[in-house]
Amino acid sequence: MDLPSSEYRDPRLVHALAEEIRGIRLERSVRLMEVCGGQTHTLYRYRLRELLPAKVRLISGPGCPVCVTPVSYLDKALALARLPEVELFTFGDLLRVPGSHGTLEEARSQGARVHVAYSPHQALEHARSHPQSQVVFLGIGFETTLPTFSLPLRQAIREKLPNFSVLVSAKRVPPLLAALLRGKAPLDGFITPGHVTSVIGSDAYAPLCREFQVPMTVGGFEPVDLLVAIRDLVRQLAAGTCENTNAYARAARAQGNPKAQQLIEELYQPCDEELRGLGIVLEGGYRLREPFARFDAARRFSLEGIVGREPPGCRCGEILAGTKDPHQCPLFGKACTPDRPVGACMVSHEGTCNAAFLYRETSDD
Amino acid sequence: MIDDRNCQIPESGAVRMGHGSGGRLSRELLEDLILPALGEAGPEGLEDGAVFVPPPGELVFTTDSHVVTPLEFPGGDLGRLCVAGTVNDLAMMGARPLALSLGLILEEGLPLATLRRLMESLGRTAGEAGVKVLCGDTKVVERGKGDGIFANTSGIGVRFHAPDAQLIREGDAILINGDIGDHGFTLLTLRKGFPLQSPLQSDAAPLNHLVEALCAQVPVRWMRDPTRGGVATSLCELSEGKPWSVTLDEPSLPLNPAVSGLSEILGLDPLYSANEGKFLAVVPQESVATALEILRAHPLGKKAAHIGTVTREHPGKLLVRTAFGNRRVLGMLASDPLPRIC
Repeated sequence: MDLPSSEYRDPRLVHALAEEIRGIRLERSVRLMEVCGGQTHTLYRYRLRELLPAKVRLISGPGCPVCVTPVSYLDKALALARLPEVELFTFGDLLRVPGSHGTLEEARSQGARVHVAYSPHQALEHARSHPQSQVVFLGIGFETTLPTFSLPLRQAIREKLPNFSVLVSAKRVPPLLAALLRGKAPLDGFITPGHVTSVIGSDAYAPLCREFQVPMTVGGFEPVDLLVAIRDLVRQLAAGTCENTNAYARAARAQGNPKAQQLIEELYQPCDEELRGLGIVLEGGYRLREPFARFDAARRFSLEGIVGREPPGCRCGEILAGTKDPHQCPLFGKACTPDRPVGACMVSHEGTCNAAFLYRETSDD
Repeated sequence: MIDDRNCQIPESGAVRMGHGSGGRLSRELLEDLILPALGEAGPEGLEDGAVFVPPPGELVFTTDSHVVTPLEFPGGDLGRLCVAGTVNDLAMMGARPLALSLGLILEEGLPLATLRRLMESLGRTAGEAGVKVLCGDTKVVERGKGDGIFANTSGIGVRFHAPDAQLIREGDAILINGDIGDHGFTLLTLRKGFPLQSPLQSDAAPLNHLVEALCAQVPVRWMRDPTRGGVATSLCELSEGKPWSVTLDEPSLPLNPAVSGLSEILGLDPLYSANEGKFLAVVPQESVATALEILRAHPLGKKAAHIGTVTREHPGKLLVRTAFGNRRVLGMLASDPLPRIC
């Protein structure tokens, strides 16, 4: 395949980097977490783990926005879908994630008006041209996706549009990493998420790096990007240093994207947030500021009391927290497949279970 | 053009319920629009059925229904798909097309100008394939009960070659006649609200002449047109339940740069994207050079490539070898591909 950015997939570079990593003397086994689901996808797709020494173990992190979205959020979306005046706009991945009772795709087949959006601006345009409908955008994601649906949201606020709102479930990566470091999974280093960092800036991780004495480096999404990040962390662990570095400087800067940060600051305030697998994370999310409460679908439609129920047997939570592998879930590849997903990690392109299933080496994997 | 033929249906008109009544309006639609638009490729009489004497040999009979939004797109339209779909199904069975039928279900309100363009395109494509529409039928459904036009074409062909999957051996080569996934990605970019533009064109084309040229010189063991579900799904079907596996060589897959760019942005794999003018062929290893030479000499096979091999490991599976030399399994398409969040 004649792929774009092929220099970041150059087999010679990949093999040379892998060899360099294998040549670094480690005194003990180390566990590194790739935080972002996009990074997990690349690791599985190119089976990069096979190129690494046995002492370097990669643990998939919780950075898949669909996966960490709690069941209660889907239940709220399904409740909205049942309202006759509501038209939902969503990113495609959310369509098949099971809530406590069914999916948005099933709701759509039963007559609910659920549209897949390529861009959140479509929802805004639809609201303008359909004043009789209540248009709700399902705004989930980390700091990467948040600005993309916040721009049309700010526009709707400025226009005082009465029929547009967002069901917000926005998560913040640094508090999430702090929660993981305080949790059960022993982790020796982090490949921090490249896209999120392009918004928040790599400096955002410096306090964590100091407090928990864990090396961190920003990682991109191509095989070469990831191997450079892994080399950096392994070198640090071998030398006993602990720094916050950047192996994705071509896209992520120390200060991030000030415009996007300003937009987030203008509309949202940090709040405690429920994340699947991690429970309530202190300041782990964003909530629309009080003056904009009308544009928050959960408040506009009084959905805040809805609580979800995790599917029985599903290990998504432990997989997201890095304490279990997909293969350790009794449902993986049996009751739970991309055709009939039980847990969110099997649905999304960035989900660990989806990547592990899609890119298995053999059927017995 | 229709105006030259003293047509009674104005260019600005639309399909009405009466056009499906079986009465005068139906007759007008047929005689003044559909038949002139089909031209040489249309039937000669208006009997209840067509009578023809087939040439000697095994006959192949197939059918294909066509629903597409939008009805017209870069590189093709519903009329072109009507011919390409059925002719290619015949070709994959090693058959030369002899006759097509055409069943149309029109939605009230469909502009007659659109219908005319689709039927002209159908006629031109049938001309390319060297086949005629020998019989047909038209019905009309109320506005809102159809998607502009639904069409069905059945086809009869006579065999020039009998592919036999029983003969497939380890080491056989998998060939394709060009870029993967163009049709699926072209239609995706035309969907309502899609924010990107691309120079892509659908590959819709009848492949019968190319297939016949190949089979005349190469003992082709299996052929499939990877339409819905794409190359991966077709090759999963080839290996499923068999004592062999198929291993694709990822760096050899021919891909339009626009498709590879879009696939990266949207998280959709071209291997699962629809094609309407491509076919996969299994040929013996020793025939690869000849086969590629024949394919590349034809306008529809310029970018033909050897993309995979029949292998022994993990029988029943479709594997792909990455640029880094390791392998992974490819499964069938689960459901409609969905664009991802980020």
